[in-house]
Amino acid sequence: MTATLTPPSIPSLAVELRGLVCTFGTVKSGTVKSGTVKFGTVNAVDHVDLEIRAGEFYSLLGPSGSGKTTCLRLIGGFERPTAGQIRLFGQDVTGQPPYARDVNTVFQDYALFPHMSVLDNVAYALTVRGVDKATRNKRAGELLELVKLSAFASRRPAQLSGGQRQRVALARALVNTPKLLLLDEPLGALDLKLREAMQTELRSIQQSLGITFIYVTHDQGEVLSMSDRVAVFRDGRIEQEGTPQDLYEYPRTAFVADFVGGANVLPGALVGRVGGRFALRPERVEVSADGPGLNASITSVHYLGAQTRLELDANGVSIHALIASSRKFTPGQTVNLRWDAADLRPLED
Amino acid sequence: MRSERSSWGLRVAAYLGVAFLHIPLLLIILYAFTSEDRTYTFPPPGLTLKWFGVAFARQDMWAALWLSVRVATVATLIALALGAMVAAAMARARFRGKDSISLLITLPIALPGIVTGIALLSSIKRAGLEPGLATIVIGHATFCIVTVYNNVVARLRRLSPSQLEASQDLGARPFQTFRYVLLPHLATALLAGGLLAFALSFDEVIVTTFTAGAEQTLPIWLFGELFKPRQRPVTNVVAILVMLVTLLPILLSQRLTQGHEEMDGAGKST
Repeated sequence: MTATLTPPSIPSLAVELRGLVCTFGTVKSGTVKSGTVKFGTVNAVDHVDLEIRAGEFYSLLGPSGSGKTTCLRLIGGFERPTAGQIRLFGQDVTGQPPYARDVNTVFQDYALFPHMSVLDNVAYALTVRGVDKATRNKRAGELLELVKLSAFASRRPAQLSGGQRQRVALARALVNTPKLLLLDEPLGALDLKLREAMQTELRSIQQSLGITFIYVTHDQGEVLSMSDRVAVFRDGRIEQEGTPQDLYEYPRTAFVADFVGGANVLPGALVGRVGGRFALRPERVEVSADGPGLNASITSVHYLGAQTRLELDANGVSIHALIASSRKFTPGQTVNLRWDAADLRPLED
Repeated sequence: MRSERSSWGLRVAAYLGVAFLHIPLLLIILYAFTSEDRTYTFPPPGLTLKWFGVAFARQDMWAALWLSVRVATVATLIALALGAMVAAAMARARFRGKDSISLLITLPIALPGIVTGIALLSSIKRAGLEPGLATIVIGHATFCIVTVYNNVVARLRRLSPSQLEASQDLGARPFQTFRYVLLPHLATALLAGGLLAFALSFDEVIVTTFTAGAEQTLPIWLFGELFKPRQRPVTNVVAILVMLVTLLPILLSQRLTQGHEEMDGAGKST
């Protein structure tokens, strides 16, 4: 691994997953547990090893069905692993039910209790712990202040907007100051403007409280801007793990290169190497109407505002490039492509 | 919304339909007040309240009413416990033959009462039970369970699993999750199902005739009274009583389930 941002001292670990497997479907009794794929079953999580440090904002990124949400549900205790171990802050919690774990979750659909007021929703974790009413209402009030919803304490969840519900869910999950907060695509249902505002807010709340956040999403843009570290999931396994810079600058596989930020995956022969495949970010491709370089023809032009995206064809390989919109190109035009050899990232097969 | 006025013919037909359904009931109420005690002449020769006094003085009527109330109460409680539990099991489990089991649970309400009655009677005899309060209750519980089951199953279908997960996640033990999240969610469904069950049990005749032995529930007492020539209006007075006892719970249960649907709809609108 390319260690660009390794902290000098390793703080204590919040989460350790060891050889975690979660199998869905019917397992025939007497099946030999040697292989990872059994007939009629799917390993939603397939031998995942993961370490998350205390205080980190850690993201699990991947397309739907890649195992990231199952992984989160295993940490929360909503799914039982078929094999492997889950340790939270040094303690083995593998067989523990959700209520015994010092972990709270912000659910994708928020899961607010419709028959309770906003205040009672937020105070719920204290209510079930037998905290007296005055204390828990005071604490819940503080949390509502944190998410700027003090004026809505007596409302029902149905009377709130999506963004407000999302913040109530956050306040409810933070009221008993858990050591670890799990967030399952919490911004998925919000519109773009609100999502961006909430990203900033989530990050600042996480930093001011010092709580470890594990954040599940399929939105790579969200992940890059918020996370300390990211694990990219594919088919139940972790394809690559690292800081957002690591993943963007040094993708190890074609999948990561494409999923995080989008990249050209080019065969070695095309770029003057002996073999293998290489990732090249579209913004690092220089396009010029003449001069030296790889000959390519423009197949289409997409105007994106500040930038323009060009789809190109070079000897049958499709390449895309991002260029400043001030430069004009037309489809069908023949151009030359150049890049800095240092921007080519060798990919594993 | 409803700017179009329906045609004359349609309106007359609708009123006739409603009249057809409800005029017999109005006649029962009217003839509870008639001053003449053998035949139903129209219009009644005079109006009196004396039949109420006569009816309320009848010890056998009070005994039958008290038995009916006890039967309906116990049958409803059994239906609530068993109906809710089987609904919870059916909502969560996935297994082969689930649909057939669901059909078997709801079948007793569709089955003709006479069939249920005969089946129960032969089972009671085989088991060597003495017909009485217990056997009436068992008979009624078979179809009372259905109303509770149907209401609770429908409500559970609207419960997102993440609600229960969120409760556990926030530290609630299983009983607390039941108490604070599941029960409030089901409360009106249980009440509605229970009230319907009570009303069903309270006026049941057919199954009861097979399982009651010598005991008389109010509907059976009423049925017996019809064939006695004297004091006919007494049956009408008691019929009004039965109407009130069964109608009020049904109206209440309708209101309860309606209110809940509106609330759920509002919650889902975003």
